[in-house]
Amino acid sequence: MEKPVTYLETGKNAVIIRLEGGYLFRKKMGAMGIREQKTIRLVAKYPFHGPVVVEVDGREMTIGRRMAEHVIIGDPE
Amino acid sequence: MKKIVLMGNPNVGKSVVFSRLTGANVIVSNYPGTTVDFSKGKMRLGKEGHEIIDAPGTYSLEPSNKAEEVALEMFGQADLIINVADATNLERNLYLTLQILEQKKPVILALNMWDEARHTGISIDIKKLEYDLQIPVVPTVALSGEGICDLIGRIDEARSPEKIEPMNESDRWIKIGEIIRNVQQVTHRHHTLRDWISEASIRPLTGFPIALAVIVAALWLVTFIGETLISYIFGPLFTLYTPIAMGISTWLGPGFLQELLIGKLIDGQIDYIQSMGLLTTGIYVPFAMVLPYIIAFYSVLAVFEDSGYLPRLATLTDTIFHRFGMHGFGIIPVFLGLGCNVPGVLAARSLETKKQRFIAATLIAISVPCMAKNAMVFGILGSYGTGYIILVFATLFLVFVISGLILNRIIKGDSPEICLEIPPYRKPDTLTVLKKTWMRIRWFLQEAIPFLFLGVLLINLLYAVGFVEWLGGIFAPVIQGWFGLPKEATTALLVGFLRKDLAVGMLLPLGMSPVQLVIATTLLTIYFPCVGTFAVMFKELGIRDMIKATAFMAGTALVVGGMMRFVLLGI
Repeated sequence: MEKPVTYLETGKNAVIIRLEGGYLFRKKMGAMGIREQKTIRLVAKYPFHGPVVVEVDGREMTIGRRMAEHVIIGDPE
Repeated sequence: MKKIVLMGNPNVGKSVVFSRLTGANVIVSNYPGTTVDFSKGKMRLGKEGHEIIDAPGTYSLEPSNKAEEVALEMFGQADLIINVADATNLERNLYLTLQILEQKKPVILALNMWDEARHTGISIDIKKLEYDLQIPVVPTVALSGEGICDLIGRIDEARSPEKIEPMNESDRWIKIGEIIRNVQQVTHRHHTLRDWISEASIRPLTGFPIALAVIVAALWLVTFIGETLISYIFGPLFTLYTPIAMGISTWLGPGFLQELLIGKLIDGQIDYIQSMGLLTTGIYVPFAMVLPYIIAFYSVLAVFEDSGYLPRLATLTDTIFHRFGMHGFGIIPVFLGLGCNVPGVLAARSLETKKQRFIAATLIAISVPCMAKNAMVFGILGSYGTGYIILVFATLFLVFVISGLILNRIIKGDSPEICLEIPPYRKPDTLTVLKKTWMRIRWFLQEAIPFLFLGVLLINLLYAVGFVEWLGGIFAPVIQGWFGLPKEATTALLVGFLRKDLAVGMLLPLGMSPVQLVIATTLLTIYFPCVGTFAVMFKELGIRDMIKATAFMAGTALVVGGMMRFVLLGI
């Protein structure tokens, strides 16, 4: 099932299916390594609609909650 | 003379490569966005001298913030590019590399952090990569200097490949995928202790207690180092200096010059805080009260930066900083501002939008106490007990939070979300830390000390011509009527505009009650920043926004001062 990466349980992996959003958003994410077909791991999720920490290719990054909601993943591994 | 520009993603050790190439002093950090001010240096290749420029880190040649705009500008002027890439993260770094190659400028690629890549089980076939990209590729470990000679030796081999034509984004990623499959092999590795600490410090449940402990430890360390420096170095130096200053005083005899250089003698003795002479207070305040803490603060900060902890702190504070119209990255200018507001305001540049930059700069100027302000607070209230000092800092904290909430409401513009890479923890390199600390201290001495001398000089002159009295008369209604302070406190506010730390000597002789002193010192910290901070605010924000910020500061000072008076003095 497809859903945003924010639904992933902390510590779990899934494959990115697509990035929902405009060219600029996809480019920004892509430049940081968040792209289709990549395995993404959810490292931490902050309460009160706070940011999300993810790991792709062994690199951690913090992205805003709204951005994370536009990163769509497949079933968790 | 050729222009050589260093380009690369944030966090790849580009600035370390730069300082290896030039031997120049540059600030290097483990968080993205530090090098907004680009550094320039000179380098010799054979007989020719070249100019070498360290551009700010960027992920692509299509800028998304000011730092990246600067990088693109530098790129346009370059005759030759040294592209620094992180070997532990080649795939992502190649995106910029390809964009650079498409622009047909001579390029040489430095694969930095080569040692770390090996440790993490990544192996890259250099020969194949050179073949695919058609440019020279040199593995380097900038921190130890490994590979740098090789890099210098091969700079003249830099070239622009004919095979690579401009392409669109998805073609670029496809091309990168091909290259990576061809040149890179990754052996899986197990989680190490470092990974475990990294995760614990970024998850909310464990991250907040760790952050609290880290900050408390850092503050303690700064205080400890500062006090040690004072009692073993700066204090004894001034004990040696006193007889000399007294000698000069006697030699000069009473008169204008004695007033100016030595100042008022108190019970026939020099009082370093209250005398207000150029050679007494003018030297003592910066060197014995502020400098030791500046040294302590910047050395602790440098260790922090280079360990990679700050991006984690930015993540932890993101939610709350959003309420202030910034995002977590805003903690970095605020932190820098704790040393001296000027670099703090400068660092606000790395925030993406005008709104964020304005709020960060204004909040720093109002409510982030720099070391000079701290010296003032401790100098004035230290003898009355810790309670009063805490009262000042608690007020400042409240002012920060409330002003942030208000500014977020009234300032128009966007506050985009955080998007920040978390570098792995690294052991700070002693030499780099010392170099960076020294750079910042030297900068403080050059920029701040002249203002201090100027301040003492100007105050003495203004006193002599009666200007201070006159101004005191004008502001007396506000100072006396609204803040509940004696009218002579105006002088201190005036002096505080030049240098906050000098105001101590002006407030102490007025015989105010501790609570009045709390109000006076709090007002002194928030009403206006010092001249130096004003100058950079003007440069960074422009005249209109600076006036807006100034109006906000004056308003805040009036409201806070009045409220403190009602709450604390009860009238």
